[in-house]
Amino acid sequence: MKRLGNFELPDFCNYPPYFTIIFSLQFATREVQVRLWKELILAYCRSQRIYIVSFEQDFPSFSNPAIGRSLSREAKEVFLSALVTEGEWEYLNSVPGHAEWMDGNCYKCLILWLTIQDWANCLKENGLGSTMPVEDIRSGFDTRGTELAGIDSIVLMRALRLLEQKGKAAIFKVNDCEGIKFCV
Amino acid sequence: MSAAAADWLPSASVTASGRPVLSAGEVERNLLPLVDLEPEENPRLAPLRGCLLALTSHRLIFLHEPSRSARGLPLATVVHAYPPHRRHSHNPLRSIFSSSSSSSSSQHHRIRLQISMPPARSEVVAIVVTCKADVDVFFGRLLEAIRARAWEMTPAAAPVSSATVAEGAAPAEDIAIRMPVVGVSGILRMEQESWESAGQNLQDAFQDLNALMSKAKEMMQLAEKMRLKLLTNSSTEPNSNDEEMGSKQDMQDLLLSVGIVAPVTKETAGALYHQQLSLQLADFLRIPLEKAGGMMALVDVYCLFNRARGTELISPEDLLQACLLWEKVDVPVMLRKFDSGVKVIQTKTHSDEEVFARISSLAQKPDALQKGISPSDAAFTLGIAPALAKEHLLNAENKGLLCRDVSPDGFRFFINLFNEIDAQNIYTQKPHGLYHAWISVAMAYQC
Repeated sequence: MKRLGNFELPDFCNYPPYFTIIFSLQFATREVQVRLWKELILAYCRSQRIYIVSFEQDFPSFSNPAIGRSLSREAKEVFLSALVTEGEWEYLNSVPGHAEWMDGNCYKCLILWLTIQDWANCLKENGLGSTMPVEDIRSGFDTRGTELAGIDSIVLMRALRLLEQKGKAAIFKVNDCEGIKFCV
Repeated sequence: MSAAAADWLPSASVTASGRPVLSAGEVERNLLPLVDLEPEENPRLAPLRGCLLALTSHRLIFLHEPSRSARGLPLATVVHAYPPHRRHSHNPLRSIFSSSSSSSSSQHHRIRLQISMPPARSEVVAIVVTCKADVDVFFGRLLEAIRARAWEMTPAAAPVSSATVAEGAAPAEDIAIRMPVVGVSGILRMEQESWESAGQNLQDAFQDLNALMSKAKEMMQLAEKMRLKLLTNSSTEPNSNDEEMGSKQDMQDLLLSVGIVAPVTKETAGALYHQQLSLQLADFLRIPLEKAGGMMALVDVYCLFNRARGTELISPEDLLQACLLWEKVDVPVMLRKFDSGVKVIQTKTHSDEEVFARISSLAQKPDALQKGISPSDAAFTLGIAPALAKEHLLNAENKGLLCRDVSPDGFRFFINLFNEIDAQNIYTQKPHGLYHAWISVAMAYQC
């Protein structure tokens, strides 16, 4: 299998041991496997604009029907946790990471192929109008064709709040509709 | 001091592990771990010191273990054997316990033998038993062997291929008395003799028994006191001087001979039985190990060894003890335990690296790159048992040579490509090397 939709799969996706989690005793090899999966998950999500990975739904890159292999539930958790944990460590150092569990049971994972900070920078640099409804950022004319188009609302709100904290914007509400005012 | 000095005795050949080589039909009957052989009358005959004495149906073999040389005294030359003799000390305690086995440095059993060495020369030699052993049993066996005259019988038609098989066979029950029996009076005489000796034995036994019974209670109390004394002594004074340790050891041995388990056991080299067994096993395994490629599972060895022994089978525990004793002797085999718990016996020359190299090259063949290798594939190619092949594959995985692939199809191993992939650039590939080779093979099968 070379492509998933318009996403080109790297060659190692056809290597059967890729889908069998390596024992942590084989330290060096295991590290490589984890990194490859982290890269693959982020790259795929970015290309397909997937923000949430949930175990209740299929996530295509977790399996390769051409060689008849797929990740076990345990393996999926391990690799996603690797993305999350990396973020946790970095969070302690005030550097945000690439994934977060959305619930206590580790069923749903929020994938941040751009970190919240990155999104915030993106919003700032996009030269949007000084005041606009939040919904417009997601689906409006101005952002069509940019990274921001179709951004997940949870992610968007967090990025906006971050900007608010830094004093670069202000969120307000008008008649059940949220808007954002960018400061210069 | 090697056995070579005693050149008045014919020499005996010894196997690579230091066990005596037995001729066809020769069977081992008894062993004494440590003896000296002293010629009593002729000062020109050199003595033998510190030898293992193996009594066989044909000879008395004196084996000097450090130099792995041996001398054999044919039983045919023994004219008369005197019963074991020992000077008794004045210690009443020792004399009570002395009936079976104890001995100390001042009083060793001496078994005198009158032998006739060619050319027609009569000598008297003494076997001095310097270790703790059941000398009476040994002497009994010696008399039986002399009486049986096994060396006069023609050798069996079926050739005996190795000494180990001969020793493993049950002792032949041909201790038939071969004295000339002349007519009815001869038979009557024999009957008379056997009755008398039986009567005498019975009397002796009862005498001992009566004496013992009357003292039994006191004996037990005394023994218990001694045991406690030993226990407290050894725990409070770990660094006592040699003399004390020596007498304590004697005391422990005395207790042991009465059947009381020693309260403190030091690490020993193992009973004589296990020592000899381990040497015998090492000899036996030389050929099967070669055929199996240098490594065999312990369970396979158990089956093979017991089958060769025929009767007098050994228990799994005995086998394990024998293998553990190899650490203390110089034999070309060793016991090895894999991470998974599987125990194997391998030759010391066996090299893991060589096996890894063979596995590695097997895993890089086009078929294996595409589909991986299973334990049975490896077993077939390496020429070893599948269980061992799996151990080798797991070992190679631990070393980072292979990666496992678990799927509904089963358990397979692939060559480890992870080290070849650059995690920073997941789409790049070098134009050569293992990853490239794999891609060209694997992709050829993709549509």
